[in-house]
Amino acid sequence: MKAILKLAYKLLVNDRAKFTALLMGIVFAVFLIMFITSMFVGVLNHASATVINIGATIWVMDPTVETVANSVGMPDYVLDAVRSMHGVKYAVPLYSGGALVKLFDGTYQSVTVIGLDDNSLLGRPALLQGKIEDIYAQSGFIVVRDAEFSKLENPHIGSEFELNDNRAVIVGVAQVATSGLYGIPTLYTTYLRAVQYIPNPRFTISYVLVEPKATSDIPQIKEQVERLGYRALTKEEFMKRTADFFIYQTGGGTNMLIMTLISFVVGLSISGQTFYTFILENLERFGALKAIGIKSRDLVGMILFQATFTALTGYGLGVGLCVLLIWLAKLRLPSYAAMLTNVNLVVGFVLVAIIAGISSYAGIRRVLQIEPFDIFRG
Amino acid sequence: MSQVAIKAQALVKWFGEGEARTDALRNVELESYFGEMLYIVGPSGSGKTTLLSVVSGVLKPNSGTVLLEGTDIWSLDEDKRADFRLNKIGFVFQDFHLFPRLTTAENAAIPLILKKKDWNESLKEAITCLEIVGLKDRAELPPVKLSGGEQQRVAIARAMVSKPDILIMDEPTASLDGDTGNAILAFVHKNVLNANRCIVVVTHDERIYEFATRILNMEDGRLTTAKGKA
Repeated sequence: MKAILKLAYKLLVNDRAKFTALLMGIVFAVFLIMFITSMFVGVLNHASATVINIGATIWVMDPTVETVANSVGMPDYVLDAVRSMHGVKYAVPLYSGGALVKLFDGTYQSVTVIGLDDNSLLGRPALLQGKIEDIYAQSGFIVVRDAEFSKLENPHIGSEFELNDNRAVIVGVAQVATSGLYGIPTLYTTYLRAVQYIPNPRFTISYVLVEPKATSDIPQIKEQVERLGYRALTKEEFMKRTADFFIYQTGGGTNMLIMTLISFVVGLSISGQTFYTFILENLERFGALKAIGIKSRDLVGMILFQATFTALTGYGLGVGLCVLLIWLAKLRLPSYAAMLTNVNLVVGFVLVAIIAGISSYAGIRRVLQIEPFDIFRG
Repeated sequence: MSQVAIKAQALVKWFGEGEARTDALRNVELESYFGEMLYIVGPSGSGKTTLLSVVSGVLKPNSGTVLLEGTDIWSLDEDKRADFRLNKIGFVFQDFHLFPRLTTAENAAIPLILKKKDWNESLKEAITCLEIVGLKDRAELPPVKLSGGEQQRVAIARAMVSKPDILIMDEPTASLDGDTGNAILAFVHKNVLNANRCIVVVTHDERIYEFATRILNMEDGRLTTAKGKA
C-alpha cells in the first residue's frame, strides 16, 4: 500500500468510534437494500415458478394473461393452429389450475395441478422417487417435495387422497427448481386427467408450449400467434411480464422502491454525517498538511480512499449479513422467498457508491476550502 | 555576511475591500540569512503571522516578491509551491496540529510520507528525529499521552524530519508554560540551528528573546525597528 494511502487508512480506522459508526451506517443501509430487493426478487421468482419449472422456450396464451398463475383457457384449435405455423418444431398443451384435495384426516387442502401433455410429458419434473411412466397409471399423480409437501401429510408412493371427489394416487415424488408463490403443494399429472378431474370452463388449454426449429424462428412464430389473436412470449418474456405485474400493478414495486430509498437515505444520513464530522474534526490538521506541502490531489485522494475503503468494507459486511440471514431463514423455511441476484448486488453497490460519493464530496469541498493561512491564525 | 535564505521585497497584503479593508503588510522588506535565528516580534494584529505566511508560500501577497534560496516562490504554480514547501521548509505551529489517532512516530514521519517515501523507511527516519528531540521512548504513544512540551518537540521533529533549509516557527511557546517554552527554544537553538539553516520565529514571548540572532519589530504592518541583536 502506498504510504500516503496507509496514512489515510490509519487516520480513518484508528478513530474506532467514528469508523464503527461509519461502517454501521453503510452496513445497515446495504443490508436493508439487499434484503428488501432480494425478498422482492425472490417473490418474483416464485411467482414465475411454473414457467421456470416447465422450462418451455415459447408460451402461447390468451392476451389478457398477466401472470402464469392466472391463465385463461384457450380452445383446442389454437393448439392445432400453432402446430401448423412456420418455424414450429412441436407444440403441446399445458394445463395449470387449482383444485381441492381431501386429506386422510378429512381436511381440505388447496393444490396447484399441472397437467402435462400426455404424449410428450414436456416439462416433467425430475423424480426423486418413482418412475415417470407411472404417471399414466390409473389416477396417477406426482407430488413435488418442496416446503409445502408436508401440507399433504408427507405423502409417499401409494398414498391416496380425493381430488374433487376423484381418487388420486401418488406414483412419484419430484423436485423442482422453484416452488410456487402461494404456499400450496403442487401435483403433476397428465393433461387429459387434469381436465377430467378438475371442473373447467369450455376451453381447457391453459398454455401451448412451443419449441421453435431455431431461435431465429421465434419472431415469426410470435407474429403468427399474434395474427391468430393470441400472444406468444419466450420464457424470459413471460417471467418479465409476470414480474412487471407484481412490480407495477400490485404496489409491490412502489413499496420496494420506497423502502430501498428510505434505507438509502438512512445510510446516507448516518455515514454522510459521520464522515463529515470526521473531516471537520481533522480539518485543522488537514490544513496543517496543506501548509506542510501536501498537494490538493493527494488530499482528495486520501479522502476518496477513506470513503471507498469504508464503502467497500461496509458493502461486503452488509452483503455478508444479508446472505447469512437468508441462509438461516432458509434452514427453517426452505421456500423462503429471498434471492440475491447480480442485479441486487449491482443496485446495492451503486447506492453505496452514491453514499460514499456524496459523503466524500462534502468532506472534500470542506478540506479544499480551508486555507493553510487559517492554521497560522489559529 | 552569510548567504541570504529569505529575501522579501515590497510586500503588500491587505484583507477585505473598501471600508472593511485592513492593511496587514505595508511595503515590507525582509532579509534572513542561513545560520541565523530571526525573531519577528510585535503586538497582536501587527501582521507578524501574515508576514510569516507570505514568506513561507502559504498566503499570496497582493504585491511584492519573496525569494527563498533565490526562487521566487510566488511565481511557482500551486503544486510546485507545495513541493517547495515540502522539501525546503519546516513548519512548527502554535497549536502543534498533531493527529491524535496516529503515534508520535507516525506524526513525525508525515512530511516524508507526503514525499511518497516508503512507510517503514519514513518511520525509521522519524524515530531518529524523535531521538534527537529526546522522545524516542515515546515513539509508539499517541500525542495525547504527551505533555505540551513533548508535543511541541514532536512538532519540531516533524518539521525537521525532511531536513529543511528554512524552519518557520509560529508562536512556538504560546501553548507552553514559561520554563517549557524556554527549554524548547534553547533546544532548537542548540540542536536545530546550524550554518546551513535559517530559522524564523514569530513570537511576542520576551522570555525567549535570548536565543535570537536578530530581532525585528513589526508594528501596524511595517517592520519598523530592529532591536536586540540586530
